[in-house]
Amino acid sequence: MENALTLTQTGIGKKAAVALTGAVMFGFVLVHMLGNLQIFLGRETLNHYSEMLHAVPELLWVARAVLLVSVVTHITLTVDLALRNAKARPTAYRVSADVGRQDPLMRYARKTMILSGPIVLSFIVFHLAHLTLGEVPGLAHGQDVYENVVRGFQNPVVAGFYVFANILLGLHLYHGGHSLLQSLGLRNPRLDPRARTAAAAFAAAVTVGNVVMPLAVLVRAVGADVQ
Amino acid sequence: MNENIDLKLHVWRQNGPSDGGRFEDYTGYAKNISTHASFLEFLDVVNDRLILDGKEAIAFDHDCREGICGSCGVVINGQPHGPQRATTTCQLHMRKFQTGAEIWVEPFRARAFPVVKDLAVDRSGFDRIVQAGGFITARAGSAPDANEIPVPKTVADKSMDAAACIGCGACVAACPNASASLFTSAKVAHLGLLPQGQAERMKRAISMVGQHEKEGFGACSNHYECEAACPKQVSVEFIARMNRDHLKAQLTYVESAGKDGGAG
Ligand code: HEM
Ligand code: FES
Repeated sequence: MENALTLTQTGIGKKAAVALTGAVMFGFVLVHMLGNLQIFLGRETLNHYSEMLHAVPELLWVARAVLLVSVVTHITLTVDLALRNAKARPTAYRVSADVGRQDPLMRYARKTMILSGPIVLSFIVFHLAHLTLGEVPGLAHGQDVYENVVRGFQNPVVAGFYVFANILLGLHLYHGGHSLLQSLGLRNPRLDPRARTAAAAFAAAVTVGNVVMPLAVLVRAVGADVQ
Repeated sequence: MNENIDLKLHVWRQNGPSDGGRFEDYTGYAKNISTHASFLEFLDVVNDRLILDGKEAIAFDHDCREGICGSCGVVINGQPHGPQRATTTCQLHMRKFQTGAEIWVEPFRARAFPVVKDLAVDRSGFDRIVQAGGFITARAGSAPDANEIPVPKTVADKSMDAAACIGCGACVAACPNASASLFTSAKVAHLGLLPQGQAERMKRAISMVGQHEKEGFGACSNHYECEAACPKQVSVEFIARMNRDHLKAQLTYVESAGKDGGAG
């Protein structure tokens, strides 16, 4: 066929990969958040959970590899798409106005995907140093996860960054959640209202879950046993 | 009620694709405009006055002036076809504007729609997308008898919803990425929904999307500004359908190699 482009060359193919990798990360952040909520059950439970995750190093590394591939693919393709899309309109409009009416939060989430993404990325890097490596001078040292989390969040700057980044992640997921269904061609009028609600609920659950942890430590509702 | 209004008019003037282009202030030519005039008639009046002043008329596209051909289309205050939803520029009336209102008129802006002159842009990229697969290759012959091929009413209606696309390009103009996904998806869907279009459905979803990319349109980011700007209210549901068809075709479609001889 004369016009055939392969899956990796069309915008639709690229967006499908963005959506699939987004869905992988979506699944991860949900499970990750639920696991971490065990901080409310105390030091023993959380540290025990951490040991369990490390129990089979092979599994841990498979999971890490999947996530790494997802993050790298997701970012490479979204940046590639954003550059191509910018080229598609070389001259900007003198007056720019939105045509569609939509809820302001969704509009904001949509327009800032390319900003919320990288801020979330910088957060991920810091987060890995803080809690996966456990090596940030003055905040984290060694493998007592509970200790590292609490010490980190007792610092208002760190707690603030976690809250901020997770709100942005929430916005990213608010648009991403139903956008991924559209990109994969799974959206249809019959499921749409339910899919929208589910995506919003998912994003809200992840955000609230992730934000209450640093806040709880900050107000000393959790971790008062760590000095 | 005051039937005539004065407007503060700014119009984009550009001598050709390679000219940089600029806005001209035509406020002096936009006074005493009848609110019964359509937007194109308003531009006609401005043009008459420009010509009487020895100036060059503003170039803009138009043909049917009844909202069905898709020739007209300019961006008015940032909105393709102006402030009224589900309406082409030729069907927009000046009563939608208050006297004293400021109006900025620009061409549809996209790399794939180079400016021919002033407000007229070259939309032949759309023709090439249709040429890539917006047809069926079976000989259609003369018009078949009605209901010869049974099509359920709901399916026929859905196909008509897609076929309502007049190819004006407002979707591209409204899209933050200058993507023609809504146009392409409508053309993919109106055939893909009908029995006659099934045989080439997969091939069509590959070639039309391929041509869309080659024309330099952007990719869809699911902002849905296209649907809001579309004078025929074509739904982004068709984009989901095109994505589905394209992904499926990419994963499963193999073009059968033509054999010599044929049947028998
Ligand atoms: C780390 C840096 C990240 C960057 C730079 C980034 C960037 C983007 C961009 C620009 C889009 C919109 C693509 C488009 O519509 O053209 C997007 C979509 C999406 N992102 Fe991210 N993102 C990042 C991280 C994440 C994370 C951590 C998650 C999930 C936990 C995620 C989930 C999603 C989802 C589900 C979509 C929707 C996919 C679609 O529209 O089909 N992203 N991302
Ligand atoms: S001139 Fe034909 S649609 Fe406006």
